[in-house]
Amino acid sequence: MEKQSTIKKLVDDLGAQDLVVVIGAADPEVASVTAETVTFGDPSFAGPLAGVSLRLPVYHILEPEVKSAIPAEIYEEQAGFLELVADTEEIGRIFREIRGRLETA
Amino acid sequence: MPDPVIAAFSCILAHAPGFVRYGSKPSREIADRPALVLSAIEGHLRGFEEVVAYPPNQVFIGNLKPDDLHGIGQPWYDHPVFPAPRRGPYGEIYPEELLLGMIKLADDFGLVEIEKDSAPVLQGLLESHPFWRGADPGRIGQGVDPGRVDGLIEHSGSLPLFHGGRRVGCVNRHHDRDDNLKAHVLMENLLAKASGALALKNLLRSADIGGDGLDLLLNCSEEAVGDRYNRGGGGLAKAIGEMCGCVASTGCDVKAFCTGPLYALLFASGLVKAGLYERVAVVGGGSLAKLGMKFQGHVARGMPILEDVLGGIAFLVTGDDGQSPVVRLDAVGKHDIGSGSSQQNILESLVLKPLDRVGLKVTDIDKYAVELQNPEVTVSGGSGNVPLANYRMIGALAVLRKEIARQEIDRFVREHGMPGFAPTQGHIPAAVPFLGHAMDGIRRGELNNAMFIARGSLFLGRMTQLSDGLSFLLERNPGRRK
Amino acid sequence: MFKGKKAIIFGDRDGVPGPAIAACMKAAGAEIVLTATECFV
Repeated sequence: MEKQSTIKKLVDDLGAQDLVVVIGAADPEVASVTAETVTFGDPSFAGPLAGVSLRLPVYHILEPEVKSAIPAEIYEEQAGFLELVADTEEIGRIFREIRGRLETA
Repeated sequence: MPDPVIAAFSCILAHAPGFVRYGSKPSREIADRPALVLSAIEGHLRGFEEVVAYPPNQVFIGNLKPDDLHGIGQPWYDHPVFPAPRRGPYGEIYPEELLLGMIKLADDFGLVEIEKDSAPVLQGLLESHPFWRGADPGRIGQGVDPGRVDGLIEHSGSLPLFHGGRRVGCVNRHHDRDDNLKAHVLMENLLAKASGALALKNLLRSADIGGDGLDLLLNCSEEAVGDRYNRGGGGLAKAIGEMCGCVASTGCDVKAFCTGPLYALLFASGLVKAGLYERVAVVGGGSLAKLGMKFQGHVARGMPILEDVLGGIAFLVTGDDGQSPVVRLDAVGKHDIGSGSSQQNILESLVLKPLDRVGLKVTDIDKYAVELQNPEVTVSGGSGNVPLANYRMIGALAVLRKEIARQEIDRFVREHGMPGFAPTQGHIPAAVPFLGHAMDGIRRGELNNAMFIARGSLFLGRMTQLSDGLSFLLERNPGRRK
Repeated sequence: MFKGKKAIIFGDRDGVPGPAIAACMKAAGAEIVLTATECFV
């Protein structure tokens, strides 16, 4: 909920255009819950922002397509280590699916 | 001079179902939707017997080993341990009635009022417990009239105390214009003091020394004692020591989020090695704020609310006794301010650098103790398995060092890690709950060493984006035959 | 892909921390408007 209100404030201040959300949790389930919360709102609980969908494109730093957008040396230094422990293909699949739903919803 | 040793260890749990409503997350949700949330919480609380028989809790007090959890089906709350003793080699699981008596015993300022119906029960329980027989349980007295408690709650900012669905008393605020002395804050501080005292009493018993046998106490609890001029600037070390008769001891607090216990251990070890103090106890009491932190996930999945216990830890650092495992001060790992925020740099600082200094490989460490949060609590709350994530990263360090292949990470985790078993009480799960198991494993010849690693979230205070961490290596005492 | 974008970052203390993601996104040409790191316990 708190993440959602933070983002809502940024959307109000800056406009939704050009805003993207990037997530770093290595556990695919934790990452997808976070992604769902910041885009579609918290799925399980009611609250002041229930039903408010912010619809920002959401990415994971460990997605192969995100990696390809970042200079290799910096990516290696800052995030490369997590590629050894995280299932990056699975994370990529989950996040492509969430972005796909954003476009069609 | 040889490195210091850890001569004794204790950890305790205090069942606190009546306090779950005052945890940070539950109290915010209750404020939004009082009736709905409160009844959901009350419908998912566990009884004391369930808490005692819960497998991770039996590991916590030492009746089971952490790896025994691999052999118990999940959910663990559906697979109670039988028989399940309340006492274990490291400490005890206390019922809420005793905790309530303890916060009254911890109260030097008339902060806690117990109603007259409940007073005799709490008093009797304290008097029958070996720790508190001589400790003035008469403080509870006759109890007060329920009408007085009604008035305090209605008009004076007092908060009701509950047990078994009934009101048994209240905690008062102690100043009407000081947020740091309001009832909720004082309740948090009293619970940390009381659970810390329970852990310290157990430590003194296991070390077989009197309270006067200590000369320094370091408290690493996560509360913030102080009034409006010094929030968090105060401490509990001496307050806990006073309750436990540590008359020859001085003390202060060491705060560092979840890294607190390891900093306290490091300072204790340094002070003992330097000869300033001979017997230093580190103590940490439980955290009210963390009760019911993931209750929404638990309720939504029809689980019992598992964050219904306060934890307490204590350990004793002394000079080399030729027996107890040694804290190798040449193998302390630290997260420097300049370590940066890349996970690899941080873990290299905490794990590889200290190992390199003493010529050990990643796979030479028999067991790693990381933050040992019980995954059954966190996974259902959408927060993942924290120990597993950290074990996989340590395995990845072994891959980078070409000690194992990438496909061997899972095996590394199984052999050198363990399932999380500690309550999500901030500093309490920070690697140290494994201390007793490591000491026993080393004594039995099953382990030669163990590395303890804690991480701290400095950014939570919004003063820096940095995180923190500290590690140390515990080893068989060279003076002790295998 | 991220050039000229405004990035909101939620890192993970036990995964990729916020400042590490921020360094990557900055290098990819994004402007960082919020960096947070989460501690799930």
